[in-house]
Amino acid sequence: MRNKTSRLQSLLPVDFTGYLAVVKRDCATCQLIEPALREMSQGLSLLIYSQDDPTFPSSIAAVRDDTELELSYHLDIEIVPTLMQVKAGNETRRSVGWQRDEWRRLTGLPALGEGSPAFSPGCGSKSVDPGMPEKLAYKFGDTRLQARRIDVAAQQDEHELAFERGWSDGLPVVPPTEERVLKMLAGTTRSPDEIIGIIPPDNVPCTIEKVAINAVMAGCKPEYLPVVLAAVEAACRYEFCMHGVLATTYFVGPIIIVNGPIRDEIGMNWSHNVLGQGNRANSTIGRALQLVVRNVGGGRPGGVDRAALGQPGKIGFCIPEREHDSYWEPLSVERGFSPEESTVTLFAGGGVHPIGDQKSRNAESLTRSLALSIRTVYHAKIYGAADALLVISPEHMRVFRETGWSKSRFRNQLAKHLTVDGNDLLAGKDGIAEGMPDRFADKRLSKFRPGGLLIVHAGGAAGMWSAIVTGWGHSGSRGSVPVTVPINS
Amino acid sequence: MRLLDPTSEREPAIRECLPRPQSLANKRIALLDISKPKGDVFLDRLADQLASMGIETRRYQKPTFARVAPVDLKHQIVSECDLVIEALAD
Repeated sequence: MRNKTSRLQSLLPVDFTGYLAVVKRDCATCQLIEPALREMSQGLSLLIYSQDDPTFPSSIAAVRDDTELELSYHLDIEIVPTLMQVKAGNETRRSVGWQRDEWRRLTGLPALGEGSPAFSPGCGSKSVDPGMPEKLAYKFGDTRLQARRIDVAAQQDEHELAFERGWSDGLPVVPPTEERVLKMLAGTTRSPDEIIGIIPPDNVPCTIEKVAINAVMAGCKPEYLPVVLAAVEAACRYEFCMHGVLATTYFVGPIIIVNGPIRDEIGMNWSHNVLGQGNRANSTIGRALQLVVRNVGGGRPGGVDRAALGQPGKIGFCIPEREHDSYWEPLSVERGFSPEESTVTLFAGGGVHPIGDQKSRNAESLTRSLALSIRTVYHAKIYGAADALLVISPEHMRVFRETGWSKSRFRNQLAKHLTVDGNDLLAGKDGIAEGMPDRFADKRLSKFRPGGLLIVHAGGAAGMWSAIVTGWGHSGSRGSVPVTVPINS
Repeated sequence: MRLLDPTSEREPAIRECLPRPQSLANKRIALLDISKPKGDVFLDRLADQLASMGIETRRYQKPTFARVAPVDLKHQIVSECDLVIEALAD
């Protein structure tokens, strides 16, 4: 923001020394202290600014008009009345609300407000009414927004304009007005012109401002912005290979997994229908990342996005882990972060494949059962190619808790059941042309490369279902590697 | 309403002209007077000639030739007509 002190000096008489009071008629305290203000105006150099009615206080001549709230904005007035002492154009002291003894000390008038109550708290300043700070920041502040402005004709529908210009993923978007974008930017302390990464496929430098614009369109609240920013940063990492994830004919898109305290701070849903619709944070954070890739990166279906089939999660796919009652450490902790740290893990994932097991009551049975379904990830005869994300539901987690299996023990046992004889997977085996090359004959093959299986706990309390989300056939260093980044405010 | 461009701004904000039509049949033509002297005379003449060819026209006027057309006027022309003929110079 612009330096408010220098702006204050330009609003006041040159080198003003004296007192400044900001009031409004629609405030019982301001009305109560009218006699005190009159007394001050007779003995002191006092400027009175009225926020709602320049004829108030009516018993004092030359009340100044601040109905535009420019002065109130630049002085950060939050409560009226506010009394300020000013020396040579600079604020030296300030009193908020009516505090008789403090006003007496500030003004040096020992009998100021005689007969009035000693204290009255005042009212909210009009400059901090809901939505007003953003309006005033745009009107009077140095907003530093660089994006090109697009004017919408009075007869034009702004929602249709967004579709016509290709800004939308097929669903309506929230029109990104300057006020909404400023409000969004209040969700981060980072500067709007900071470049957070180079967005593929056009490899365009992406500013915080551009992310905020797309977050507005996705329907995000300002407090979601740090999560979106972390997701964009992860997508720009070389190892995530966003260009390839986009350009492949395979199903995958970026899936965001959120860990840490921010999940609850912004009201994410890690419970019922966690992989589905219905929660604003889950739905819009994933969408914001996709809109950044579409609009800033230029990645569009049929363009550089060459997916043959795609999957519905490419509108946006963002889930938090259910951490508070998990028997296992969260994904972020496995990946080297502390439980108190909020993180985003980005995974290049295809669609959700359900796994039902309603009969296993011990960990060994359930692990064998899950392994059987997980073998089909990408293709039952292709091993070591695709990563996967396994989502364990609370009822399946209960089985592991009751058997006393840690996450690492589950991982080891699952890996054992997902390691097979290469001869059974060779191309042509069982009359199926698809399969592993001959060089894997007589070798033991693991379904996943080391680090290629992500495991999280999520979902509603009832239902013995888990889910496997297939990764890209080019997982790992030759394609996409899951990326975890901390979420910064 | 004024929006912020969510894209990389590689594409021009104003889209390119459509290709020139093969025929004027069944097209409605906007005659845009940019408020330069005698532009109206030129457009009156065009309107007469187009009318004699059975082609419908509508007249529009920019408030001043010194500035680009207001966005509302452009939107109105796009909404109501297929082509525009503008009288540029005096």
